Amino acid sequence: MNLITISGPPSSGKTSIILKTIHALHQRGLTVGVVKFDCLYTDDDVLYKKAGVPVKKGLSGSLCPDHYFVSNIEEVVKWGRKQDLDVLITESAGLCNRCSPYIKDIKSICVIDNLSGINTPKKIGPMLKSADIVVITKGDIVSQAEREVFASKVHSVNPKAITMHINGLTGQGAFELSTLLYDEKEDIESVRGKELRFSMPSALCSYCLGEKRIGEDYQMGNVRKMKLGDEDD
Amino acid sequence: MINIKDIEQLKIKDLEKKYPFSISFFQNNNLNLEGYEESTFEQYLNHFTEEEIEEWAIDVEKLKVDFAAYINEMLEFLGIAEDDDVDSLTIVAGKDKNGEKENFEMLTINKSEIISIVGPTGSGKSRLLADIEWTANKDTPTERSILINGKIPDKKWRFSSSNKLVAQLSQNMNFVMDLTVKEFIELHAESRMIENKQEIIKRIIDAANHLAGEKFDLDTSITNLSGGQSRALMIADTAILSMSPIVLIDEIENAGIDRKKALNLLVNEEKIVLIATHDPILALMADKRIVIKNGGINKVIETNNEEKEMLVELEKMDTIIGTLRANLRKGEILKKII
Repeated sequence: MNLITISGPPSSGKTSIILKTIHALHQRGLTVGVVKFDCLYTDDDVLYKKAGVPVKKGLSGSLCPDHYFVSNIEEVVKWGRKQDLDVLITESAGLCNRCSPYIKDIKSICVIDNLSGINTPKKIGPMLKSADIVVITKGDIVSQAEREVFASKVHSVNPKAITMHINGLTGQGAFELSTLLYDEKEDIESVRGKELRFSMPSALCSYCLGEKRIGEDYQMGNVRKMKLGDEDD
Repeated sequence: MINIKDIEQLKIKDLEKKYPFSISFFQNNNLNLEGYEESTFEQYLNHFTEEEIEEWAIDVEKLKVDFAAYINEMLEFLGIAEDDDVDSLTIVAGKDKNGEKENFEMLTINKSEIISIVGPTGSGKSRLLADIEWTANKDTPTERSILINGKIPDKKWRFSSSNKLVAQLSQNMNFVMDLTVKEFIELHAESRMIENKQEIIKRIIDAANHLAGEKFDLDTSITNLSGGQSRALMIADTAILSMSPIVLIDEIENAGIDRKKALNLLVNEEKIVLIATHDPILALMADKRIVIKNGGINKVIETNNEEKEMLVELEKMDTIIGTLRANLRKGEILKKII
């Protein structure tokens, strides 16, 4: 089984891209399953089911979505093996724009869109910087010049990645992406013992533990203060 | 090929002098170099504390690898203009949706040539455009192959983000950035490492105003441009500033822009122009047109003399409508034009 991790900010077009790409994989006779990770809500699983794709979803609720991902990925891979899939795709939204739990030696794809603003590549951390493939969407809505500028910004923060433009509505480019996803020789039995590409934010303060009151008296653990002195104005 | 070992011992100030484009690498990666001009790149990377590395999600090893890759690709990119001209594009027949061989053998399109693509929605126009963009080599559903200068093209056209084969002018020509025309062109010129920026800016605004019905200037905000002005700016920008030797146009709407001048501009900049259109004027302006049916190329028609004569008539009609439109805008009473 091939394992592919896909992430990107909410509404960047991940699900559309995945659906269009699966269509191309299906045409080659490959079986594909998806596990969708989200925070509070998703109905993408319905879309996958409609496309005849075995799907599971997990909502992280009050937990950091990426922590939730890593804590579950081993079992997710087991599920995929049991389904006898050729390709298992995990989809998650990088809600804080910092990390995405990409795994070493597992293909990772970051999806971002042209509408998100020219400085977005600068704002996204390892989720963009450590991806193997960067897919840029919504190119049909902006000008050719803006597409070129945006792609060059992506390129300067992740020069090693393959950068592709895909139209999530027409699927233009999705076939091409699908050719990069499946490798017969690759076979993931389990991800146990594998390592993340980048560490996640460490945080353990009283608010992580459910504190709701505001004020210094209630703050414990990992707390950092902003500098608000006059000299910083 | 530059190895990271070759550059990590260079001082930051020397790096910037030798590879001016490295500044944008540092900027886009949020690396503040102030005060480190005299340090080597390696010393600079090693100065981060463990806390800073975690706080700013910095991966020192990856930065080194990326920086070397960036410099190499940029050097390649800058060298491309001279030795990598695209003179012709050849489409070699594949098959249609029923698996039948396409009804032509091979079609070669040369620089400064215009080809139109016609066929009902869903007939396979997008697939053809995607095959060209991907430089298909019998590895797409149509099994077509694309040759550049008569040869199987280098894979770099597929994966390089700074060096794409195809620029696409889509129907939606909106701008989403909040910039003036000047800032917008500057930003694009910078991403292309253009040196004579001011000259290029002037050429683009002149060309755009030549196409647009209503003139605009460099201080206009791009979001305030009218539909016709946006299209004019985008076509001028793509013709003059885009690296891509092939331009795909997904129908140019009539409003507010001189389409003949637009095509001439692209052709004069030595582009290969492909237009998907249902508009007889645009279709007949092309030297040939590709007819798509059932996912495959069904016919390649050369524009014949009768059609060329018709084009003259159509253009007259188009001019009449254009004049009426302009007069209407000026608030005049319309008069019959013979």
